[in-house]
Amino acid sequence: MMKRFLAVCSVVCIGLLTTTAAFASGTIKIGGLFAVTGPASFLGEPEKKTLELLVKEANSKGGINGVKLEAVIYDTAGDATKAVQLATKLIKDDKVSVIIGPSTTGESMAVIPVAEKEKIPLISCAAGIKITDPAKHWVFKTPANDHIAAEKILNYMTRQKQKTIALLTVTDGFGSSGREQIKVLAKQKGFTIVADEVYGPKDTDMTAQLTKIRGIKPDAIICWGTNPGPAVITKNVKQLGLKVPLYMSHGVASKKFIELAGVDAAEGVMLPAGKLAIYDVLPKNDPQYKLLKEYDQGYKKDYGVEASTFGGYAYDAFLLVSSAIKKGGTAPEQIRNNIEQTQKLVSISGVFNMSPKDHNGLDLSAFEMVKIVKGDWTLAK
Amino acid sequence: MQFDQLLQYTLSGLSTGAIYALIGIGFSIIYNATGIINFAQGEFVMLGGMLTLFFLEALKLPLWAAIPCAVAASTVAGLLFERLAIRPLRQPTPINLVIITIGGSILIRGLSMLLWGKDTHAIPPFSGDDPIAIGGATILPQHLWILAITVIIVAANRFYFYHTISGKAMRACAYNRRAAGLVGIDVRRMVLFSFIISSAMGSIAGIIVAPLTMTAYDVGVMLGLKGFCAAIIGGMSSGLATVVGGLLLGVLESLGAGLISSGYKDAIAFIILLLILFIRPQGLFGKAESERV
Repeated sequence: MMKRFLAVCSVVCIGLLTTTAAFASGTIKIGGLFAVTGPASFLGEPEKKTLELLVKEANSKGGINGVKLEAVIYDTAGDATKAVQLATKLIKDDKVSVIIGPSTTGESMAVIPVAEKEKIPLISCAAGIKITDPAKHWVFKTPANDHIAAEKILNYMTRQKQKTIALLTVTDGFGSSGREQIKVLAKQKGFTIVADEVYGPKDTDMTAQLTKIRGIKPDAIICWGTNPGPAVITKNVKQLGLKVPLYMSHGVASKKFIELAGVDAAEGVMLPAGKLAIYDVLPKNDPQYKLLKEYDQGYKKDYGVEASTFGGYAYDAFLLVSSAIKKGGTAPEQIRNNIEQTQKLVSISGVFNMSPKDHNGLDLSAFEMVKIVKGDWTLAK
Repeated sequence: MQFDQLLQYTLSGLSTGAIYALIGIGFSIIYNATGIINFAQGEFVMLGGMLTLFFLEALKLPLWAAIPCAVAASTVAGLLFERLAIRPLRQPTPINLVIITIGGSILIRGLSMLLWGKDTHAIPPFSGDDPIAIGGATILPQHLWILAITVIIVAANRFYFYHTISGKAMRACAYNRRAAGLVGIDVRRMVLFSFIISSAMGSIAGIIVAPLTMTAYDVGVMLGLKGFCAAIIGGMSSGLATVVGGLLLGVLESLGAGLISSGYKDAIAFIILLLILFIRPQGLFGKAESERV
């Protein structure tokens, strides 16, 4: 009994000692909630690695304004319940000043009430529009809204004088949110949706849907999904000999898509791409160019793989936090206020201009329309 | 409705259906020899594709060499699965066996994910990808490969089950294991054979379809389910009935997506499955079995 009591005491003492030590040397704790394992691990893994890389880098330069950083990262496995528990743990036990993550929209929506109640800034790495629309006092997000990508495609189509659209979307969260947003935007901009087809995330043949679309003869096809579906569709379009312009979402803006679809079939496919995927074809005077190159090369050096747009979301969250700290904020309240006042912050996803009404802060310039030519990206004019 | 559209739906459906049929036959062979549904069947389909990729990329083998290697390796996996997971079971009640196969499928999937990662990969087509026009419809050379290989495998199966001693012995096990044992057939060996044949067939299905659909560690789940549907429609026969079941399923899916709505594509498959289970549990072509007492 006594032994256990002593053990508890010493644990408490050590706990106290380390916390005081942390305060004495001026450390800010940044919490990370990422889906490192589970179905969304393609998001969480690069996010975690990016945050670790950045914190290490900042500390090796002596911290920000002399303040050292410490990252406390937990794996949510993509589970909303777990994300809420871990968010509470980050706030109550680890006493973090700001939380970066979670990786998915579902988890973010679940964690928002916790952050609001405990008054800790939360910078979500998920793309769902609901996260910051309407704006919540303590909540920000770094990925651009899907509707910006959709708008980018439709603006491009207007310039090409294309009027009728055939939609082909995947039946998961990404596809159905894209489908709704394209429908709304298309109506506003005077397009007609002549076909509205869907496919399952694991479907292996979409010739049936495309044959139907071929019969309708639209001006363009917009496909909204993530690999491998769009690659299958691109192959099917070639097989059927469809000569209709094919637009993809920003969800496939990686070389992997071209590899899967094959250079031949992917020829002429157009899509809005985040700038990280295509930085080597950007004009050298693009404000983001230098940062994108640095991130990609730094990531490659440390982890041996190309940096992904998803890791970029965590990069941007870290940028928002570090620039807030630079402006002299260490308490959660100050960090939040400084993030909200962020102006013209050049980042991986775009250029952030936050306001009390806009807690995302990205606009159409976050994406570039690109066309696939001979297996590589070219800017579509 | 134009004729060329209808033709395209049918052709697309037939080639998808041929894959379902191959996987379905794998299900029924094991069912007939052991009385269990092997839910790991889909994983052998995945193994076929992923192992081909492994031999192509890691060992730099040419395609014609990588394919037999992949089939051989998947067959060994099937053999090991039977030896290590199915045979040691003391009291093989069907429910235990089914749960073991589900566990096995999760294990195989997990190991593949750790070994090869979560990315989707493409395999080059066997003979180019220039579309071939038939009437107003188009298919790829790979579709012809799929149809031809399915026909060959079904024919080989037919020959094995009706014209060889061990095939006949396996059929005897399917009718009555006890009686088969009494006349001197080594039932356990037949069970092992059934796993070998069906894992080889599953992996071939996975290989010939991979150039069209790409492959990843988790493609086995959906393909396995569809193959299971085909086997149910065919009444768990390891012959033509399951082939027809698979083709029917593929064509109905494709017509459903084209003529009704693509949103109901998977629903169509599962509605058929439920209807058949309710109305004709012996399969579309089977005769009702009399109750054994």
